[in-house]
Amino acid sequence: MSTKKALLIDLTLCVGCNACQAACKEVNKLPGDEEKTLSPTAYTALDEYDGVFVRRMCQHCDDPTCASVCPVGAFTKTAEGPVVYDVDKCIGCRYCMQACPFQVPRYEWSSTYPRVQKCVMCHERLAQGLPTACSEACPTGATKFGDRDELIKEAYERMNAEPGKYVPKIYGEHEVGGTSVLYLSSVPFENLGFHTQLQTTPLPQLTWNALSKIPGIVSVGGVMLFGIWWITNRREEVKKFEQRMNDRQQNNGSEN
Amino acid sequence: MKKVFTTFGFWKIVAVVLLTAGLYSTYVRFFEGLGASTNLSDQFPWGIWIGFDVLCGVGLAAGGFTLAAIVYIFNIKRFEPIIRPTILTAFLGYVLVVVGLMFDLGRPLQIWHAIIMWNPRSVMFEVAWCVMLYNTVLALEFAPVILEKFKLTRTIKIIKRISIPLIILGVLLSTLHQSSLGSLYLIVPEKMYPLWYSAYMPLFFYVSAIAAGCAMIIFESFLSSRAFKRGLEIHLLQDIARVCVVMLGVYATMKFVDLSDRKILPLLLEPRFETYMYWLEAIVGVIVPFILLAQAKVRSNPTGLFVSAIMVVCGFIMNRMNVAITGMEGWSGVGYFPSLTEFSITMMIVTIGFIAFYFIAKYFPVFTHEEHHEKEVAHAAVAWKRDIESVSQMVEVNN
Ligand code: SF4
Ligand code: SF4
Repeated sequence: MSTKKALLIDLTLCVGCNACQAACKEVNKLPGDEEKTLSPTAYTALDEYDGVFVRRMCQHCDDPTCASVCPVGAFTKTAEGPVVYDVDKCIGCRYCMQACPFQVPRYEWSSTYPRVQKCVMCHERLAQGLPTACSEACPTGATKFGDRDELIKEAYERMNAEPGKYVPKIYGEHEVGGTSVLYLSSVPFENLGFHTQLQTTPLPQLTWNALSKIPGIVSVGGVMLFGIWWITNRREEVKKFEQRMNDRQQNNGSEN
Repeated sequence: MKKVFTTFGFWKIVAVVLLTAGLYSTYVRFFEGLGASTNLSDQFPWGIWIGFDVLCGVGLAAGGFTLAAIVYIFNIKRFEPIIRPTILTAFLGYVLVVVGLMFDLGRPLQIWHAIIMWNPRSVMFEVAWCVMLYNTVLALEFAPVILEKFKLTRTIKIIKRISIPLIILGVLLSTLHQSSLGSLYLIVPEKMYPLWYSAYMPLFFYVSAIAAGCAMIIFESFLSSRAFKRGLEIHLLQDIARVCVVMLGVYATMKFVDLSDRKILPLLLEPRFETYMYWLEAIVGVIVPFILLAQAKVRSNPTGLFVSAIMVVCGFIMNRMNVAITGMEGWSGVGYFPSLTEFSITMMIVTIGFIAFYFIAKYFPVFTHEEHHEKEVAHAAVAWKRDIESVSQMVEVNN
């Protein structure tokens, strides 16, 4: 699993320069100037909470909810970490948006042939051995690119080196089964608009609990329905048969 | 006579107005996009088209498989006179669900992707397949009515020959996707308000759909008895109402057990919007109709029956809208209220449903209960049994 890449975002280092968004827009050829929230033309954006800047983007979940719910499999979790989207498959049901626990995917509402838009973690650059554009552009090292295992180790080192500076938690280490984007912060995450009540097991498991019962329902249900039909139908046939016998006897009786 | 004429004229005008508005909205939807036509947003990507057109459309069509099971599987043949209109309602319901989806999907022309691009982990994928297959089953179940008109007896015979497996398949498919519509929401445990979210949503959706399907059978029998000036099968409807009461009772009990198991009964008293909406749904759709229909004197009274059925249907619609909209608003942090365009497209689809039912019932033998129909099913049944017996004989010989 050591090939899995990740981003470590240390909010204490972020100065809010927006270089990440600018670089992202350039690499992904997204139009428009600086944007303050995620949008179809902003895969990442800086939220501000009392001087603390929070960089929002797709978390690149290890077991992505978006990939599990998409009926046509338009999302894939690649081995290197990025969760990528194939617009040629998408039918536009927006289940991915409904289901994403981080409310990340955006939709091109004004288009008549819309796409779902979200960060794809520069998967093409990663394939060439390059880091993501945002981490390269970040002047302070607030966004750092690397192997997920090592970034987690480093995050613990930073927390241990300066106890009291950070809240003792890496957001993204365990959320919905772990993600490829990790956050460190000095302010409790719930005060920064993070959802901290998320479960630690992957959400797709919830659906699977129901879906995996289907073969059972079909086979047992099928046999049961067939059986009921067979029994009820036989009862009717017996009734008809007896009726016929009765009729015959009566006929015989009247003839004699 | 004159009065009948004017009321009919009134409904015609309503229909024309709704259809015109709907056509205009259709234009806006397809030529200006979802943003211009709906109040949906990134925070609230599913609205009334999913909540009403899909969730309610499918649920209210549940009468089709319930009655098919009663008549053909449980062999309670006296319900046969109402089976055709019920299958027709179900069929139209499902076709309109697909129509509604075409409006809702961002890329409707790609809808066929679900056939070749598989993702078996997705509930949506399962729903898509069930709807496709069940649409086919319903078309086959209803086909004899059309074929009869054109006297295509041979084709009818072929269909009747496979009617039992077809009906079993229909019941299974319905069971799967009625419950799957509930499973769609299993993935949003944090997002949906706990009065609605539950690991048992698939079961709740299934049971409430059967109750609502029964109510729809009653509702539709009343409407057609007026529109086509025919008698009312009140004795049959009374028994359908009994099924409905049982289902409502099961539903209410399950719901209570679930809330108390999760220790959130106090939420029922918390003064907030969700609580009021929840109580509205429970009182209108479950508690009052349960009390009403549990009494024999209400069940045998046409007005009582009709009013209770309407309440169940309304409560059911409220429930689905609450799951899809009310329950999701709090977490999403934004409000959602459907735009006029969204409303008018939904109204147009419902209107098309009523008109299609009226014309099909008028020109095809939907309400004529034909003797030979029953005979042929019995015939098919005997043939099937013969097949099974010969197979079992073969098995015996081999042993
Ligand atoms: S954060 Fe949302 S969009 Fe990104 S991978 Fe996870 S589920 Fe998918
Ligand atoms: S909108 Fe597209 S990508 Fe998202 S779940 Fe639907 S088909 Fe998949």
